[in-house]
Amino acid sequence: MYTKDGEKYFIVDAHIALWDARPENQRNVHGKQFIDCFYDYHRNLSPESEVWPYEDYLYQGGERLMRDVFAGGIVDHAIFQPAYLGEFYERGFGQTEEAWALTQQHPEQLTYNHNFDPRNGEQGLDQLRADAERFGLTGVKLYTAEWHGDSRGYKLSDPWTYRYLEVCRELGITNIHVHKGPTIRPLDRDAFDVADVDHAATDFTDLNFIVEHCGLPRLEDFCWIATQEPNVYAGLAVAMPFIHTRPRYFAQIIGELMYWIGEDRIFFSSDYALWTPTWLVEKFVDFQIPADMTEYGQLTTAQKKKVLGLNAAKMYGIPVPAELQLPDADETATGPRQPEAADLAMS
Amino acid sequence: MGDGLMPAVRTEADVRAALGTVVDPELDEPITDLGFVRSVTVAPGVVEVHLRLPTSFCAPNFAWLMVSDARDAVAAVPGVGLVVVELDDHHDSDLINRGLAADAGYRGTFGHEAEDSLDELRATFQRKAHTAAMERVLTSWLRADPGRSESTVGELTLGDLLPGPATVALVARRAALGLPVDPASPVLLAPDGSVPPADAVTATLRRARSVRISVDGNAHFCRGLLTTRYPGAESDQAPRPSVDSRALIPLEVLA
Repeated sequence: MYTKDGEKYFIVDAHIALWDARPENQRNVHGKQFIDCFYDYHRNLSPESEVWPYEDYLYQGGERLMRDVFAGGIVDHAIFQPAYLGEFYERGFGQTEEAWALTQQHPEQLTYNHNFDPRNGEQGLDQLRADAERFGLTGVKLYTAEWHGDSRGYKLSDPWTYRYLEVCRELGITNIHVHKGPTIRPLDRDAFDVADVDHAATDFTDLNFIVEHCGLPRLEDFCWIATQEPNVYAGLAVAMPFIHTRPRYFAQIIGELMYWIGEDRIFFSSDYALWTPTWLVEKFVDFQIPADMTEYGQLTTAQKKKVLGLNAAKMYGIPVPAELQLPDADETATGPRQPEAADLAMS
Repeated sequence: MGDGLMPAVRTEADVRAALGTVVDPELDEPITDLGFVRSVTVAPGVVEVHLRLPTSFCAPNFAWLMVSDARDAVAAVPGVGLVVVELDDHHDSDLINRGLAADAGYRGTFGHEAEDSLDELRATFQRKAHTAAMERVLTSWLRADPGRSESTVGELTLGDLLPGPATVALVARRAALGLPVDPASPVLLAPDGSVPPADAVTATLRRARSVRISVDGNAHFCRGLLTTRYPGAESDQAPRPSVDSRALIPLEVLA
């Protein structure tokens, strides 16, 4: 719980990880390149006071994670969204056993989502069933640029992915977190494009598709498909820290999301350990769209409360004290929102 | 030199000028302005160019486009001999540099990962570049007079635009796509180049805005990451003009 100016905010960090990128776990040079890329994101977008030494960045462990994510009692609940990256790391990047043990120790504070790779075929489907039972899964994290043998990526619209999504549906795994990356097969087209999410969301209307990084670097493609699909959501991982380095750009991202998909479908995420949630929550509560950006409405306290926790809590069934709950906005399910939206003829 | 037998040694400036015609397709900006040119070495009979990108994991298809465009641009400089262009510190550096040296082309370089060509990828981003350039001039026009409303931008023609770099940029991107450039043609076009009906004007502008915000936001992030990865790289970067880099101060305040 975060309290500011008499307002109480229930906070859900919808994207955290417990990773191990230490040299002894790196399978090859790509393991080092991957964590170095993350570290450059971290150094580039963090306030100076929040920059960690490189050694700290490689691995945090469960105790430190609990201290970092739940510092000061601000974050109420956090959700693991692990990436496997088995081609880069000997024991994978996300540490399944450690994260699961931590979740069992702190079930009130943590939810463990797992992952699958549709290129694992029938065997992977059996594994998904076993994982769903073991972890009580309601959500999965999919990284479409995951390398896998000769393949360096897949689409949500691939036939095998559909088979996995059908099994998700059968197992009650309703929350599909999608993270696009730089590689896909074939390389002919833009790997960051979210058109495949559009197909899957249309064909699986009973599943929720949370596009991490709100589609960045393709915010425009994300907004365009999400405004048409009521079951597509925006995760703010990686978008959040721009609040510090480029607040006007952050205002545009939030302004666009509010315009195209509305206040009920946006999730706060720190992307821990890329960043820690405390400073992001503090800055977001204090944040406002600059007055000269008249193309966007001002953010309300209720909207901030929804983004910071109520939206994710609702999707995941995380209990929220009754006095902190808010009703959904009385808005269209598809097409642009905000006052001027009424004038628009949308396809 | 000068006897017509030895290959002429081009100056570094000639090579850099050629590299200045190579554009990052996602960011719609020359690689020379972005600081992606790490080094240019001109020796008798051989020009060697090294490129660098903001992360090891920049998309390999875009990396290929820039590196192969750079090689073609330098090779077209009259009188250059052997041209070696290499991409440094990328997860696909070995693959790309080998493919380029062997003149293997996109498909020969990426093998089973390459289906056909990168033409559609390039065209997609040329359309985005046009959309962003269009939105910049329309937003500047709207901000110049608070009485103007988004729903009226459909009436604006190219001839109504003030001359300046933003208008030049828009016309150049139209020409690249084969879109009309005569002064009477409407500024606002849908992503496919068609003129939107009156009731879709605002939606077309808003959609174009999301494209512009995305392209400009990515450009600033990529520039920042490059300087984090390669300290000092900022001195190789030219400032990117932006309609949003700061709050606009009304001219009356300055007067």
